[in-house]
Amino acid sequence: MSDAVVPHRVEPGTPPARAGIGWLKRALDSDIFYSFRRSRMTMVAAAVTLLFFLLALFASQLAVQNPFDPAQLQLMNSRISPLWTADGQSPFLLGTDEQGRDVFSAILYGMRISLLVGVLGVIFAGALGITLGLVAGYVGGAVDGLIMRIADVQLTFPAILIALLVNGVAKSVFGNRLDAMSTLAVLVVAIGLSFWVQYARTVRGSVMVEKNKDYVAAAQLIGLPATKIIFRHVLPNTTGPILVIATINLALAIITEATLSFLGAGMPDTMPSLGTLIRIGNNYLFAGEWWIVAFPGIALAGLILSINLLGDWLRDALNPKLR
Amino acid sequence: MLAFTLRRALQAIGVMIAVGVIAFSMFRFAGDPVNQIVSLDTPAAEREAVRTSLGLDDPVPVQFARYFVNAAQFKFGVSYQFRQPVSNLLMERMPATLELAACATVFAMVFGILMGVYSALRRDTLLTKFFQAVSLIGISLPTFLIGILLIYLFSVTLGWLPSFGRGDVVRIGWWTTGLFTLSGLKALIMPSITLGLFQMTLIMRLVRAEMLEVLRTDYIRFARARGLTTRAIHFGHALKNTLVPVITVAGLQFGSVIAFAIITETVFQWPGMGLLFVQAVQNVDIPIMAAYLLMVSLIFVTINLVVDILYTIVDPRLRSTISRPA
Amino acid sequence: MTVPVLSVRNLEVEFLTRSSTLRAISGVSFDIAKGEVLGVVGESGAGKSVTGLAVIGLIDPPGRIARGEIYLSGMRIDHLPPEEIRRIRGKRIGMIFQDPLTSLNPLYRIGDQIVETIRTHMNLSESAARKRAIDLLAEVGIPAPEKRIDAYPHEFSGGMRQRVVIALAICAEPELIIADEPTTALDVSVQAQIISLIKRLGRDHGTAVMLVTHDMGVIAETSDRVAVMYSGRIAEIGPVQDVVQNPLHPYAKGLMGAIPTLAGEEKRLVQIPGSMPRLSAIPPGCSFNPRCAFAFDRCRVERPEPIRQGSHAVACHLYDEATETAA
Repeated sequence: MSDAVVPHRVEPGTPPARAGIGWLKRALDSDIFYSFRRSRMTMVAAAVTLLFFLLALFASQLAVQNPFDPAQLQLMNSRISPLWTADGQSPFLLGTDEQGRDVFSAILYGMRISLLVGVLGVIFAGALGITLGLVAGYVGGAVDGLIMRIADVQLTFPAILIALLVNGVAKSVFGNRLDAMSTLAVLVVAIGLSFWVQYARTVRGSVMVEKNKDYVAAAQLIGLPATKIIFRHVLPNTTGPILVIATINLALAIITEATLSFLGAGMPDTMPSLGTLIRIGNNYLFAGEWWIVAFPGIALAGLILSINLLGDWLRDALNPKLR
Repeated sequence: MLAFTLRRALQAIGVMIAVGVIAFSMFRFAGDPVNQIVSLDTPAAEREAVRTSLGLDDPVPVQFARYFVNAAQFKFGVSYQFRQPVSNLLMERMPATLELAACATVFAMVFGILMGVYSALRRDTLLTKFFQAVSLIGISLPTFLIGILLIYLFSVTLGWLPSFGRGDVVRIGWWTTGLFTLSGLKALIMPSITLGLFQMTLIMRLVRAEMLEVLRTDYIRFARARGLTTRAIHFGHALKNTLVPVITVAGLQFGSVIAFAIITETVFQWPGMGLLFVQAVQNVDIPIMAAYLLMVSLIFVTINLVVDILYTIVDPRLRSTISRPA
Repeated sequence: MTVPVLSVRNLEVEFLTRSSTLRAISGVSFDIAKGEVLGVVGESGAGKSVTGLAVIGLIDPPGRIARGEIYLSGMRIDHLPPEEIRRIRGKRIGMIFQDPLTSLNPLYRIGDQIVETIRTHMNLSESAARKRAIDLLAEVGIPAPEKRIDAYPHEFSGGMRQRVVIALAICAEPELIIADEPTTALDVSVQAQIISLIKRLGRDHGTAVMLVTHDMGVIAETSDRVAVMYSGRIAEIGPVQDVVQNPLHPYAKGLMGAIPTLAGEEKRLVQIPGSMPRLSAIPPGCSFNPRCAFAFDRCRVERPEPIRQGSHAVACHLYDEATETAA
C-alpha cells in the first residue's frame, strides 16, 4: 500500500563520552532514545502498542469468559448494551453480542489472533524477502533479473488482491472446509507472499553496494565463504531499514488480515480475529446495537494507529537525512 | 520515443502473459473443474464425457493456448455459481466499478492536492495540523471501518444517504450510470469517499513533500530573486513542478483504486466487479477469480503504459533523453 | 560625492538554531558606486553569499538581519515589508546564482520565464515583452534568439543557460547586479566569456556589480575594488590593484600568495595553514589569530575594527597606532 521512505544508511550513534558506562547508559544517551523522549506522541504510541500486546498475551486471564467455548455462553445474556448505558449489566463491560458473547473478552481473544497473524505474516514476509534479496544481490545475473522482475510486477498489484487470490486458491485446493488453524496458516502465507517485495529490494540494494567494497574482496581473498560474508558483514548493515519496513508492514499486515476476515475470506466465526468481529457486528448496526461493531473497530484502529506512529518515528529517527 | 513506447508495450505484453499463466494455472489445477460442474453422484462415464467436452484431456500447452486465445477474446468460461458466461457477468458489473473508481479518484485528487498545497505553504497553522491528523487517520483506519463509520453516521443515525446499492441507474448502450439521477448521485457519495480517502491521504502527503522539495530548489530561489509575486511562484512555478510526479502517481494508483474497490463494494453492497470477485473467493468460483485477475491486470498494464507515455509528454526533459535505455 | 548605488553599514546576519545563535556575518560595511564592480572574495563559509542574499532580502528563517542598514541609492531597504522588497528584487537589483543548470525552471520555456519577469516589473504588453526578451537574449549573446526563445532550459548548454540567467537578471534594467559565484559551475573555457559579459553589461548600462566568488583570478580580472571576507567579517577592502599587489591583512597576504601568476614563476605558492573556524566555534579576539603567523596577545582577546590605511581599510591590530606605539 504505502511505499514507505526507507533510509538506506544508518548513521552510527555518537560515540559514548566516557568508556565503560555500560550498554544501558549508552542506549539512554543515544540519538534514537533522545528523539523518542522528545516526542510525547511516540511515547504514548509505544505504551498503547505494548498494552495491546499484553492484553492479547494475557487474554485468557483477563477475559470474563472464553468467547469461543459455546458452553460458557448463555443466550439470555445476548445483546446487552455496554455497562455505562441504561441497560448495561455486570460483568459485561462493553456489552454482548447476539450469542451472549462478552464483547470485551471477544476483543481480547480477537486481538490475539490479529496480532498472531500479523507478526507471523511479517516474519514470513521478512524471511522470504531477505532471502530472495540476498540471493538476487549476491548471485546477480539472470536470477537477479527474474526475482526483481517478479517484484516489479507484484508491486503494481495491491497486497490485498494478492492475499485474496492466494486465499481463494488455497480454499479451492484444500477444499472449502479448512479448520481454523489451517486458515490462520493460509493467511500468514497470503500476507507473506504479499509483502516480501520491499525487504527484497532493500536487502538487494545493500548487498549490491557492499559487494563491491574492499573488505568483501579482502574477505573473499582470505577464503571466507560467501554465506559468512553475507551474514556477518552485509546483513547487519540492513538492520535499520528492515526494522522500519517490518514495523510499518506489521500495521499493513494487521489491516490486510482484518480486511480479509471482514470480506469473509479470513478467520472463521469460530475463531474470530478483530476483522471477523467487525464483520459479525456490522450485521447488527442497523438494529442499533452499535457496540458489537464499534469496540472491535476502535481496538483495531487504535492498534494500527499506534504501530504506524511507532513506525513513522522509527523511520525518522533512523534516517540521518531528516535530522 | 517510438522505441521507448515499443519496449514498454512489449513489457506490458510480457506481464499479461505471466498473469495469464497464473490465471490458467488457477483455472486448471486449483480444484477439478469437472467437480464444479457435475453433481457428486454423476457416474464416471458421464464425468469423462464432460471432461472431454471441456477439452481437459488435451495436453496442457494446448489447453493453455486455448485458454489464452479465449481470454484474448474476453471468453473466460462459465461461472460455477451463476451458470452464466463470466464475461457477461463482468461486463454487466464493470460500469459500476469504473464509475465508483473515477469518482473516488476525482475526490482524492481535488482534496489531496488542496490539502497538500495548503499544508506545504502554511506549515504551522492549526488547519495544517488538522490535515495531518486526517492523513494519519486515513492511513491507519482500514477502509471497511471508514465505510461502516460513514454508514452509521449518515445512514443509520441521520438517514441522509443510502447505505447500499447504486440507486437508480440510467442505461446508455451497455453502460449503466448513476450520474444522472439524484438517488444515483446520493448513492455515490459515501462509497467514493470511503474508497478515495486512502488515495487522498497518499496524494496529500506526496503533494506536501514534493512541494516542500520544490520550494527548496534553486529555480524557486532564483524566481524569488527575480521578484516574481508569491502567487506566481507558489501556484505557477512550484505547483506545476509538483504536479508532474503527483499526476503520475495518481494515474498509477487508479489501478489500485479499482482493486481496492473490492472492499468498498462489499461494505456498500455496490454491484461492481469487486463484489463479484469477493463472492467468487468465498464460493471458490475459479473462472470468475481468474477472469477478474486478467481484467484488473489488463487495466493496470494499460494505465502504466499510458502514464509512461503521458509522462514523457508533460516533462520536456524526458522527450530528448528517452531513447536511452532505462 | 554622489550617493553610492549600494551602501551596507554594520550588517549583521544571524541564524537561530535549536541550541544557539550563529553569527554568519557581523560588522560588514561597504559601498558600491554606479558602474563599479566590487569583488567579494573568501573561502566557502566566509559569509560572501549570505551578504549577497541579505542585500536582496532573501535571508529566510531561521536566519535574520540582526543589525545594520542597507541602502539602495540612498533608500533604506533592509527593513522593508516583504511585498516592497519583492518589487525591488528583479527590478532594481538583479541576481545571478552559481548553478545555471538548476536556476531555471525546467518545465517552462525560457521565453516564458523572461516574459514573466519583464511583465512583473514593467508595464509592457505580452508582445512587447516578448520582443524585449528577444533583444535581451541577443544582448547576452544567444545566437538566433527569435528561435531559441521557445526552447526549454535543458536544450541549452551550461554556458548558454548562464547567459539566459543573466538576461533574466538584467531584464528590468537594475541598478545593481549581485552575481553569486556566476562562473564556478562552468567550464574554464566558458568562464572567461561569462565574466567579460558581466563586465560589459556593467559598463554599458552603468550597473553596479557585486561579484561574489572564491576565485581571486576572476576578481583580479573583473573588479574595480575587492573585499576580502573571513569568518563573516571583511578583513580587507580596497582598490583591486592595491589589494592584489600590496595586501595588508595577513589573511589577504596568504590569499594573494595563493594565486599563481605568470610573472612570478620563481615564487612558491604560499599555503595558509589550518582552516577557517566553524560558525559555532569562532575563537575570541581576531577570528584569524589561530592561523596567523603575526598574531600577538591582543589578537587573542580583542576583535580588530577596520582601520584606514591609504586606499585600503584593514581589520588587523598590526596596523593600529596604539599597537605600534605600544610595541
